[in-house]
Amino acid sequence: MREIEYKDIVKGVRDAIIYSGTNLPKDAYKALEDAYANEKSEVCKEVLKQLLDNADIAANEARPLCQDTGLAVFFVKVGEEVKIKGGSLKKAINEGTEQGYKEGYLRASTCHWDTRANLKDEIGYNLPAIIHFDLVEGDGLEVEYAAKGGGSENVSRATVFAPAKGRKGIVEYVKQVISDAGPNPCPPLTVGVGIGGTFEKAVISSKHALFRELGSKNEDPVLESMEQELMSVLNNLGIGSMGMGGTQTVLGVHIEKNPCHIASLPVSVNVQCHSSRHIKIKF
Amino acid sequence: MSQTYHLTTPLNETDVTQLKVGDIVYLSGVIYTARDAAHKKLVDLLDAGESLPFEMKGAVIYFVGPTPPKPGDPIGSAGPTTSYRMDSYSPQLINEQGLKGMIGKGKRNQEVIDACVKSKAIYFGATGGAGALLARQIKSSEVVAYPELGPEAVRRLEVVDFPLTVINDTYGDDLYTIGRAKYEVFG
Repeated sequence: MREIEYKDIVKGVRDAIIYSGTNLPKDAYKALEDAYANEKSEVCKEVLKQLLDNADIAANEARPLCQDTGLAVFFVKVGEEVKIKGGSLKKAINEGTEQGYKEGYLRASTCHWDTRANLKDEIGYNLPAIIHFDLVEGDGLEVEYAAKGGGSENVSRATVFAPAKGRKGIVEYVKQVISDAGPNPCPPLTVGVGIGGTFEKAVISSKHALFRELGSKNEDPVLESMEQELMSVLNNLGIGSMGMGGTQTVLGVHIEKNPCHIASLPVSVNVQCHSSRHIKIKF
Repeated sequence: MSQTYHLTTPLNETDVTQLKVGDIVYLSGVIYTARDAAHKKLVDLLDAGESLPFEMKGAVIYFVGPTPPKPGDPIGSAGPTTSYRMDSYSPQLINEQGLKGMIGKGKRNQEVIDACVKSKAIYFGATGGAGALLARQIKSSEVVAYPELGPEAVRRLEVVDFPLTVINDTYGDDLYTIGRAKYEVFG
Protein backbone atom coordinates (compact mmCIF):
# COMPACT_ATOMS: atom_id res chain seq x y z
CA MET A 1 0.00 0.00 0.00
CA ARG A 2 1.10 3.55 -0.70
CA GLU A 3 0.14 6.15 1.88
CA ILE A 4 -0.78 9.70 0.90
CA GLU A 5 -1.24 12.34 3.58
CA TYR A 6 -4.72 13.86 3.90
CA LYS A 7 -3.24 17.32 4.35
CA ASP A 8 -1.20 17.01 1.14
CA ILE A 9 -4.37 16.36 -0.83
CA VAL A 10 -6.12 19.33 0.79
CA LYS A 11 -3.19 21.57 -0.09
CA GLY A 12 -2.85 20.20 -3.61
CA VAL A 13 -6.51 20.80 -4.37
CA ARG A 14 -6.50 24.25 -2.73
CA ASP A 15 -3.46 25.41 -4.69
CA ALA A 16 -4.78 24.04 -7.99
CA ILE A 17 -8.10 25.87 -7.55
CA ILE A 18 -6.47 29.19 -6.72
CA TYR A 19 -4.06 28.90 -9.66
CA SER A 20 -6.79 27.81 -12.02
CA GLY A 21 -9.08 30.70 -11.09
CA THR A 22 -6.63 33.29 -12.36
CA ASN A 23 -4.57 31.46 -15.01
CA LEU A 24 -6.18 30.39 -18.26
CA PRO A 25 -4.58 27.05 -19.25
CA LYS A 26 -2.08 27.20 -22.14
CA ASP A 27 -4.28 25.12 -24.45
CA ALA A 28 -7.27 27.45 -23.97
CA TYR A 29 -5.11 30.57 -24.42
CA LYS A 30 -3.60 29.17 -27.62
CA ALA A 31 -7.08 28.26 -28.91
CA LEU A 32 -8.24 31.85 -28.36
CA GLU A 33 -5.15 33.18 -30.17
CA ASP A 34 -5.92 30.88 -33.11
CA ALA A 35 -9.56 31.99 -33.11
CA TYR A 36 -8.39 35.63 -33.15
CA ALA A 37 -6.12 34.94 -36.13
CA ASN A 38 -8.85 33.11 -38.08
CA GLU A 39 -11.90 35.27 -37.23
CA LYS A 40 -13.36 37.23 -40.16
CA SER A 41 -15.70 39.45 -38.14
CA GLU A 42 -14.15 42.66 -36.78
CA VAL A 43 -16.66 42.77 -33.90
CA CYS A 44 -15.70 39.25 -32.80
CA LYS A 45 -12.01 40.01 -33.21
CA GLU A 46 -12.47 42.83 -30.70
CA VAL A 47 -14.22 40.42 -28.30
CA LEU A 48 -11.39 37.88 -28.67
CA LYS A 49 -8.83 40.59 -28.04
CA GLN A 50 -10.67 41.51 -24.83
CA LEU A 51 -10.61 37.85 -23.80
CA LEU A 52 -6.86 37.56 -24.37
CA ASP A 53 -6.29 40.87 -22.53
CA ASN A 54 -8.52 39.60 -19.74
CA ALA A 55 -6.42 36.44 -19.42
CA ASP A 56 -3.24 38.54 -19.21
CA ILE A 57 -4.72 40.87 -16.57
CA ALA A 58 -6.05 37.94 -14.55
CA ALA A 59 -2.67 36.17 -14.53
CA ASN A 60 -0.56 39.30 -13.91
CA GLU A 61 -2.76 40.72 -11.15
CA ALA A 62 -3.99 37.40 -9.71
CA ARG A 63 -7.66 38.25 -10.34
CA PRO A 64 -10.29 35.66 -11.23
CA LEU A 65 -10.70 35.30 -15.01
CA CYS A 66 -14.47 35.32 -14.62
CA GLN A 67 -16.82 36.13 -11.75
CA ASP A 68 -18.47 32.77 -12.31
CA THR A 69 -15.84 30.59 -10.70
CA GLY A 70 -18.20 27.68 -11.05
CA LEU A 71 -19.12 24.63 -9.12
CA ALA A 72 -15.96 22.63 -8.46
CA VAL A 73 -16.03 19.47 -10.60
CA PHE A 74 -13.52 16.66 -10.09
CA PHE A 75 -12.64 13.44 -11.86
CA VAL A 76 -10.56 11.35 -9.52
CA LYS A 77 -8.65 8.18 -10.43
CA VAL A 78 -7.69 6.45 -7.25
CA GLY A 79 -5.48 3.39 -7.23
CA GLU A 80 -6.60 0.31 -5.29
CA GLU A 81 -3.25 0.31 -3.50
CA VAL A 82 -3.61 3.86 -2.15
CA LYS A 83 -4.43 4.62 1.46
CA ILE A 84 -5.21 8.14 2.65
CA LYS A 85 -3.50 8.80 5.98
CA GLY A 86 -5.38 11.05 8.40
CA GLY A 87 -8.81 11.26 6.78
CA SER A 88 -10.99 10.38 3.80
CA LEU A 89 -10.28 11.30 0.19
CA LYS A 90 -13.72 12.80 -0.34
CA LYS A 91 -13.38 14.97 2.72
CA ALA A 92 -9.90 16.10 1.67
CA ILE A 93 -11.15 17.21 -1.76
CA ASN A 94 -14.04 19.13 -0.22
CA GLU A 95 -11.78 20.76 2.35
CA GLY A 96 -9.28 21.76 -0.37
CA THR A 97 -12.17 23.15 -2.42
CA GLU A 98 -13.46 25.28 0.44
CA GLN A 99 -9.99 26.61 1.23
CA GLY A 100 -9.19 27.30 -2.42
CA TYR A 101 -12.41 29.18 -3.15
CA LYS A 102 -12.30 31.16 0.09
CA GLU A 103 -8.61 32.03 0.13
CA GLY A 104 -8.49 32.66 -3.62
CA TYR A 105 -11.35 35.20 -3.38
CA LEU A 106 -13.42 33.05 -5.72
CA ARG A 107 -17.20 33.11 -5.67
CA ALA A 108 -19.35 30.77 -3.58
CA SER A 109 -22.05 29.84 -6.09
CA THR A 110 -23.82 26.85 -4.55
CA CYS A 111 -27.37 27.49 -3.44
CA HIS A 112 -30.53 25.64 -2.37
CA TRP A 113 -32.44 24.42 -5.43
CA ASP A 114 -35.73 25.92 -4.22
CA THR A 115 -35.10 28.80 -1.81
CA ARG A 116 -31.96 29.75 -3.81
CA ALA A 117 -30.27 30.63 -0.51
CA ASN A 118 -26.47 30.50 -0.69
CA LEU A 119 -25.23 27.42 1.15
CA LYS A 120 -21.80 28.73 2.14
CA ASP A 121 -22.63 28.88 5.84
CA GLU A 122 -24.76 25.76 5.93
CA ILE A 123 -22.62 23.27 3.96
CA GLY A 124 -19.39 25.17 3.35
CA TYR A 125 -17.93 27.77 0.99
CA ASN A 126 -18.86 26.62 -2.54
CA LEU A 127 -19.46 23.11 -1.26
CA PRO A 128 -20.21 20.37 -1.97
CA ALA A 129 -17.73 19.67 -4.75
CA ILE A 130 -19.05 17.48 -7.57
CA ILE A 131 -16.73 14.44 -7.51
CA HIS A 132 -16.62 11.52 -9.93
CA PHE A 133 -14.49 8.70 -8.53
CA ASP A 134 -12.95 5.94 -10.60
CA LEU A 135 -11.21 3.05 -8.86
CA VAL A 136 -8.19 1.90 -10.88
CA GLU A 137 -5.31 -0.56 -10.53
CA GLY A 138 -2.05 0.51 -8.97
CA ASP A 139 -0.93 3.05 -6.38
CA GLY A 140 -1.53 6.32 -8.23
CA LEU A 141 -3.85 9.19 -7.37
CA GLU A 142 -4.83 11.59 -10.12
CA VAL A 143 -7.24 14.47 -9.55
CA GLU A 144 -8.62 16.52 -12.44
CA TYR A 145 -10.42 19.74 -11.54
CA ALA A 146 -12.53 22.15 -13.57
CA ALA A 147 -14.49 25.25 -12.60
CA LYS A 148 -17.84 24.72 -14.29
CA GLY A 149 -19.83 27.90 -14.84
CA GLY A 150 -23.61 28.12 -14.96
CA GLY A 151 -24.13 29.84 -18.31
CA SER A 152 -22.65 27.02 -20.37
CA GLU A 153 -24.08 24.30 -18.13
CA ASN A 154 -27.59 25.73 -18.66
CA VAL A 155 -27.52 25.05 -22.42
CA SER A 156 -26.18 21.48 -22.12
CA ARG A 157 -28.56 18.69 -23.18
CA ALA A 158 -28.85 14.90 -23.25
CA THR A 159 -31.12 12.40 -24.96
CA VAL A 160 -31.41 8.71 -25.80
CA PHE A 161 -31.88 7.98 -29.49
CA ALA A 162 -33.04 4.83 -31.21
CA PRO A 163 -29.91 3.23 -32.74
CA ALA A 164 -31.11 4.00 -36.30
CA LYS A 165 -30.33 7.70 -35.73
CA GLY A 166 -26.62 6.85 -35.93
CA ARG A 167 -23.81 9.29 -36.66
CA LYS A 168 -25.99 11.59 -38.75
CA GLY A 169 -28.53 11.91 -35.95
CA ILE A 170 -25.80 12.72 -33.43
CA VAL A 171 -24.31 15.46 -35.64
CA GLU A 172 -27.78 16.99 -36.15
CA TYR A 173 -28.45 16.90 -32.41
CA VAL A 174 -25.19 18.59 -31.45
CA LYS A 175 -25.81 21.23 -34.14
CA GLN A 176 -29.29 21.92 -32.75
CA VAL A 177 -28.04 22.22 -29.16
CA ILE A 178 -25.34 24.73 -30.09
CA SER A 179 -27.63 26.63 -32.46
CA ASP A 180 -30.29 26.99 -29.75
CA ALA A 181 -27.67 28.08 -27.24
CA GLY A 182 -26.54 30.96 -29.48
CA PRO A 183 -24.73 33.68 -27.51
CA ASN A 184 -25.77 32.47 -24.04
CA PRO A 185 -22.96 30.05 -23.09
CA CYS A 186 -20.13 32.57 -23.86
CA PRO A 187 -18.70 31.29 -27.15
CA PRO A 188 -16.19 30.41 -28.52
CA LEU A 189 -16.94 27.06 -26.93
CA THR A 190 -15.50 23.68 -26.20
CA VAL A 191 -18.19 21.09 -26.92
CA GLY A 192 -18.03 17.81 -25.01
CA VAL A 193 -20.01 14.94 -26.52
CA GLY A 194 -20.64 11.66 -24.73
CA ILE A 195 -21.93 8.78 -26.81
CA GLY A 196 -23.17 5.42 -25.61
CA GLY A 197 -23.26 3.75 -22.23
CA THR A 198 -26.39 4.33 -20.21
CA PHE A 199 -28.16 7.68 -19.91
CA GLU A 200 -25.95 8.91 -17.04
CA LYS A 201 -22.77 7.39 -18.47
CA ALA A 202 -23.17 9.47 -21.64
CA VAL A 203 -23.65 12.62 -19.56
CA ILE A 204 -20.58 11.98 -17.40
CA SER A 205 -18.51 11.17 -20.52
CA SER A 206 -19.55 14.47 -22.12
CA LYS A 207 -18.36 16.26 -19.00
CA HIS A 208 -15.07 14.37 -18.92
CA ALA A 209 -14.49 15.13 -22.62
CA LEU A 210 -14.18 18.83 -21.67
CA PHE A 211 -11.05 18.07 -19.63
CA ARG A 212 -9.13 16.93 -22.72
CA GLU A 213 -6.50 19.33 -23.99
CA LEU A 214 -7.74 21.70 -26.70
CA GLY A 215 -5.95 21.06 -29.97
CA SER A 216 -5.32 17.37 -29.18
CA LYS A 217 -6.49 14.66 -31.56
CA ASN A 218 -8.96 11.92 -30.71
CA GLU A 219 -7.26 8.51 -30.59
CA ASP A 220 -10.25 6.92 -32.31
CA PRO A 221 -10.14 7.72 -36.06
CA VAL A 222 -13.93 7.58 -36.44
CA LEU A 223 -14.44 9.99 -33.56
CA GLU A 224 -11.61 12.18 -34.86
CA SER A 225 -13.41 12.50 -38.20
CA MET A 226 -16.69 13.27 -36.41
CA GLU A 227 -14.94 15.96 -34.38
CA GLN A 228 -13.62 17.56 -37.59
CA GLU A 229 -17.05 17.38 -39.18
CA LEU A 230 -18.70 18.95 -36.14
CA MET A 231 -16.09 21.74 -35.95
CA SER A 232 -17.02 22.74 -39.46
CA VAL A 233 -20.81 22.35 -38.94
CA LEU A 234 -20.76 24.37 -35.71
CA ASN A 235 -18.52 27.15 -37.02
CA ASN A 236 -20.86 27.45 -40.01
CA LEU A 237 -23.66 28.42 -37.60
CA GLY A 238 -22.14 31.93 -37.66
CA ILE A 239 -22.66 32.55 -33.94
CA GLY A 240 -19.14 33.86 -33.31
CA SER A 241 -17.56 35.16 -30.10
CA MET A 242 -20.20 36.18 -27.55
CA GLY A 243 -22.78 35.55 -30.29
CA MET A 244 -22.03 38.77 -32.14
CA GLY A 245 -21.85 36.95 -35.48
CA GLY A 246 -18.59 35.45 -36.72
CA THR A 247 -16.72 32.48 -38.10
CA GLN A 248 -15.18 31.11 -34.86
CA THR A 249 -17.91 29.60 -32.68
CA VAL A 250 -16.09 26.56 -31.30
CA LEU A 251 -12.51 26.08 -30.13
CA GLY A 252 -12.83 22.31 -30.06
CA VAL A 253 -15.21 19.36 -30.15
CA HIS A 254 -14.25 16.44 -27.90
CA ILE A 255 -16.08 13.13 -28.13
CA GLU A 256 -15.96 10.17 -25.73
CA LYS A 257 -17.62 6.88 -26.55
CA ASN A 258 -18.89 3.92 -24.52
CA PRO A 259 -20.33 0.55 -25.50
CA CYS A 260 -24.11 0.76 -25.22
CA HIS A 261 -27.23 -1.35 -24.87
CA ILE A 262 -28.44 -3.02 -28.08
CA ALA A 263 -31.65 -0.96 -27.88
CA SER A 264 -30.14 2.48 -27.17
CA LEU A 265 -27.96 5.29 -28.44
CA PRO A 266 -27.52 7.77 -25.57
CA VAL A 267 -26.02 11.15 -26.54
CA SER A 268 -25.04 14.01 -24.28
CA VAL A 269 -23.72 17.46 -25.14
CA ASN A 270 -21.92 19.34 -22.38
CA VAL A 271 -20.94 22.88 -23.26
CA GLN A 272 -17.90 24.74 -21.94
CA CYS A 273 -17.47 28.52 -22.25
CA HIS A 274 -14.26 30.08 -23.59
CA SER A 275 -12.90 30.36 -20.04
CA SER A 276 -11.98 26.67 -19.91
CA ARG A 277 -10.39 26.42 -16.48
CA HIS A 278 -9.15 22.88 -15.97
CA ILE A 279 -6.09 21.38 -14.34
CA LYS A 280 -4.68 17.95 -13.47
CA ILE A 281 -2.93 17.11 -10.18
CA LYS A 282 -0.93 13.93 -9.62
CA PHE A 283 -0.11 12.82 -6.11
CA MET B 1 -21.14 51.35 -39.68
CA SER B 2 -21.19 51.22 -35.95
CA GLN B 3 -20.63 54.42 -33.98
CA THR B 4 -18.83 54.97 -30.69
CA TYR B 5 -20.43 56.98 -27.88
CA HIS B 6 -19.42 58.11 -24.40
CA LEU B 7 -22.49 58.33 -22.17
CA THR B 8 -23.07 59.17 -18.51
CA THR B 9 -25.87 57.86 -16.29
CA PRO B 10 -28.71 58.53 -15.64
CA LEU B 11 -29.69 58.05 -19.29
CA ASN B 12 -32.46 60.05 -20.94
CA GLU B 13 -34.52 59.47 -24.07
CA THR B 14 -32.10 61.37 -26.32
CA ASP B 15 -29.17 59.28 -25.05
CA VAL B 16 -30.85 56.01 -25.89
CA THR B 17 -32.72 56.80 -29.11
CA GLN B 18 -29.49 57.78 -30.89
CA LEU B 19 -28.07 54.28 -30.36
CA LYS B 20 -28.30 51.49 -32.92
CA VAL B 21 -27.40 47.80 -32.62
CA GLY B 22 -23.65 47.22 -32.95
CA ASP B 23 -22.74 50.67 -31.59
CA ILE B 24 -19.98 50.79 -28.98
CA VAL B 25 -20.75 52.71 -25.78
CA TYR B 26 -18.32 53.66 -23.03
CA LEU B 27 -20.55 54.21 -20.02
CA SER B 28 -19.64 56.29 -16.97
CA GLY B 29 -21.48 57.19 -13.76
CA VAL B 30 -23.55 55.17 -11.31
CA ILE B 31 -25.05 51.81 -12.25
CA TYR B 32 -26.79 49.21 -10.07
CA THR B 33 -26.28 45.46 -9.95
CA ALA B 34 -29.10 42.95 -9.76
CA ARG B 35 -29.51 39.31 -10.75
CA ASP B 36 -32.69 37.20 -10.73
CA ALA B 37 -33.03 36.88 -6.94
CA ALA B 38 -32.77 40.68 -6.52
CA HIS B 39 -35.12 41.33 -9.45
CA LYS B 40 -37.75 39.17 -7.79
CA LYS B 41 -37.46 41.21 -4.61
CA LEU B 42 -37.65 44.51 -6.52
CA VAL B 43 -40.77 43.45 -8.39
CA ASP B 44 -42.35 42.12 -5.17
CA LEU B 45 -41.83 45.59 -3.61
CA LEU B 46 -43.56 47.25 -6.55
CA ASP B 47 -46.44 44.78 -6.40
CA ALA B 48 -46.82 45.60 -2.69
CA GLY B 49 -46.90 49.32 -3.54
CA GLU B 50 -43.62 50.04 -1.79
CA SER B 51 -40.70 52.15 -2.98
CA LEU B 52 -37.50 50.74 -4.51
CA PRO B 53 -34.05 50.89 -2.86
CA PHE B 54 -32.73 53.09 -5.71
CA GLU B 55 -34.12 55.52 -8.29
CA MET B 56 -35.14 53.50 -11.34
CA LYS B 57 -35.90 56.44 -13.66
CA GLY B 58 -33.00 56.70 -16.12
CA ALA B 59 -31.13 53.92 -14.31
CA VAL B 60 -28.90 51.24 -15.78
CA ILE B 61 -28.94 47.76 -14.18
CA TYR B 62 -25.93 45.45 -14.55
CA PHE B 63 -26.69 41.73 -14.34
CA VAL B 64 -23.66 40.60 -12.34
CA GLY B 65 -22.66 38.67 -9.24
CA PRO B 66 -19.02 39.63 -8.59
CA THR B 67 -16.35 37.58 -6.84
CA PRO B 68 -15.39 38.86 -3.36
CA PRO B 69 -12.93 41.79 -3.53
CA LYS B 70 -9.32 41.25 -2.56
CA PRO B 71 -8.23 43.53 0.31
CA GLY B 72 -7.94 47.11 -0.96
CA ASP B 73 -9.96 46.55 -4.15
CA PRO B 74 -13.44 48.04 -4.69
CA ILE B 75 -14.75 44.83 -6.24
CA GLY B 76 -13.67 41.39 -7.43
CA SER B 77 -14.03 40.14 -10.99
CA ALA B 78 -17.30 41.40 -12.43
CA GLY B 79 -18.42 40.25 -15.86
CA PRO B 80 -22.04 39.88 -16.99
CA THR B 81 -24.29 36.91 -16.28
CA THR B 82 -26.78 35.45 -18.79
CA SER B 83 -29.69 37.87 -19.12
CA TYR B 84 -32.67 35.68 -20.05
CA ARG B 85 -33.20 34.88 -16.37
CA MET B 86 -34.26 38.53 -15.91
CA ASP B 87 -36.67 38.51 -18.89
CA SER B 88 -39.78 38.06 -16.78
CA TYR B 89 -38.93 41.10 -14.63
CA SER B 90 -37.34 43.64 -17.01
CA PRO B 91 -40.45 44.80 -18.98
CA GLN B 92 -42.19 46.00 -15.80
CA LEU B 93 -39.12 47.98 -14.75
CA ILE B 94 -38.77 49.49 -18.23
CA ASN B 95 -42.45 50.28 -18.90
CA GLU B 96 -43.55 51.37 -15.43
CA GLN B 97 -40.39 52.59 -13.69
CA GLY B 98 -38.34 54.23 -16.44
CA LEU B 99 -35.36 51.83 -16.46
CA LYS B 100 -33.24 52.96 -19.44
CA GLY B 101 -30.47 50.41 -19.71
CA MET B 102 -29.59 46.81 -18.92
CA ILE B 103 -26.13 45.24 -19.14
CA GLY B 104 -25.74 41.51 -19.56
CA LYS B 105 -24.96 38.83 -22.09
CA GLY B 106 -27.12 36.54 -24.20
CA LYS B 107 -30.53 36.67 -25.83
CA ARG B 108 -33.59 38.53 -24.49
CA ASN B 109 -37.15 37.49 -25.24
CA GLN B 110 -39.61 39.37 -27.44
CA GLU B 111 -41.34 41.01 -24.45
CA VAL B 112 -38.07 42.69 -23.43
CA ILE B 113 -37.31 43.75 -27.01
CA ASP B 114 -40.84 45.19 -27.30
CA ALA B 115 -40.49 47.06 -24.00
CA CYS B 116 -37.20 48.59 -25.25
CA VAL B 117 -39.12 49.96 -28.26
CA LYS B 118 -42.23 51.06 -26.41
CA SER B 119 -40.57 52.80 -23.47
CA LYS B 120 -37.16 53.60 -25.01
CA ALA B 121 -34.54 51.47 -23.32
CA ILE B 122 -31.34 49.71 -24.40
CA TYR B 123 -30.00 46.23 -23.77
CA PHE B 124 -26.21 46.40 -23.74
CA GLY B 125 -23.85 43.45 -23.98
CA ALA B 126 -20.61 43.34 -22.02
CA THR B 127 -18.03 40.66 -22.81
CA GLY B 128 -18.85 37.55 -20.80
CA GLY B 129 -15.87 35.96 -19.13
CA ALA B 130 -13.87 39.20 -19.17
CA GLY B 131 -14.45 39.76 -15.46
CA ALA B 132 -10.91 40.87 -14.61
CA LEU B 133 -10.79 43.37 -17.48
CA LEU B 134 -14.25 44.83 -16.74
CA ALA B 135 -13.56 45.16 -13.00
CA ARG B 136 -10.82 47.69 -13.82
CA GLN B 137 -13.52 50.13 -14.98
CA ILE B 138 -15.40 49.89 -11.65
CA LYS B 139 -14.15 52.51 -9.22
CA SER B 140 -16.39 51.91 -6.22
CA SER B 141 -18.94 49.40 -5.00
CA GLU B 142 -21.42 49.62 -2.13
CA VAL B 143 -24.19 47.19 -1.17
CA VAL B 144 -27.47 49.15 -1.10
CA ALA B 145 -29.97 46.31 -0.63
CA TYR B 146 -30.35 42.60 0.16
CA PRO B 147 -26.91 41.86 1.67
CA GLU B 148 -28.27 38.41 2.58
CA LEU B 149 -28.09 37.48 -1.10
CA GLY B 150 -24.28 37.58 -0.97
CA PRO B 151 -22.93 37.87 -4.54
CA GLU B 152 -26.52 38.58 -5.66
CA ALA B 153 -27.00 41.66 -3.43
CA VAL B 154 -27.89 44.99 -5.07
CA ARG B 155 -24.75 47.09 -5.38
CA ARG B 156 -24.25 50.72 -6.38
CA LEU B 157 -21.23 50.86 -8.70
CA GLU B 158 -19.35 53.86 -10.00
CA VAL B 159 -17.97 53.03 -13.43
CA VAL B 160 -15.70 54.89 -15.84
CA ASP B 161 -15.71 54.12 -19.57
CA PHE B 162 -17.34 50.73 -19.06
CA PRO B 163 -17.11 49.06 -22.53
CA LEU B 164 -20.46 47.97 -23.99
CA THR B 165 -22.06 46.95 -27.28
CA VAL B 166 -25.69 47.73 -28.13
CA ILE B 167 -27.50 44.39 -28.55
CA ASN B 168 -31.14 45.57 -28.58
CA ASP B 169 -31.95 49.19 -29.48
CA THR B 170 -35.13 51.29 -29.33
CA TYR B 171 -36.03 50.29 -32.90
CA GLY B 172 -36.61 46.58 -32.25
CA ASP B 173 -33.39 45.32 -33.80
CA ASP B 174 -31.27 42.50 -32.36
CA LEU B 175 -27.50 42.31 -32.92
CA TYR B 176 -27.38 38.55 -32.30
CA THR B 177 -29.84 37.91 -35.14
CA ILE B 178 -28.26 40.39 -37.54
CA GLY B 179 -24.67 39.36 -36.73
CA ARG B 180 -25.31 35.65 -37.09
CA ALA B 181 -27.21 36.06 -40.39
CA LYS B 182 -24.06 37.63 -41.87
CA TYR B 183 -21.87 34.62 -41.10
CA GLU B 184 -24.17 31.60 -41.12
CA VAL B 185 -23.26 29.15 -43.90
CA PHE B 186 -26.06 26.86 -45.03
CA GLY B 187 -25.04 23.57 -46.53
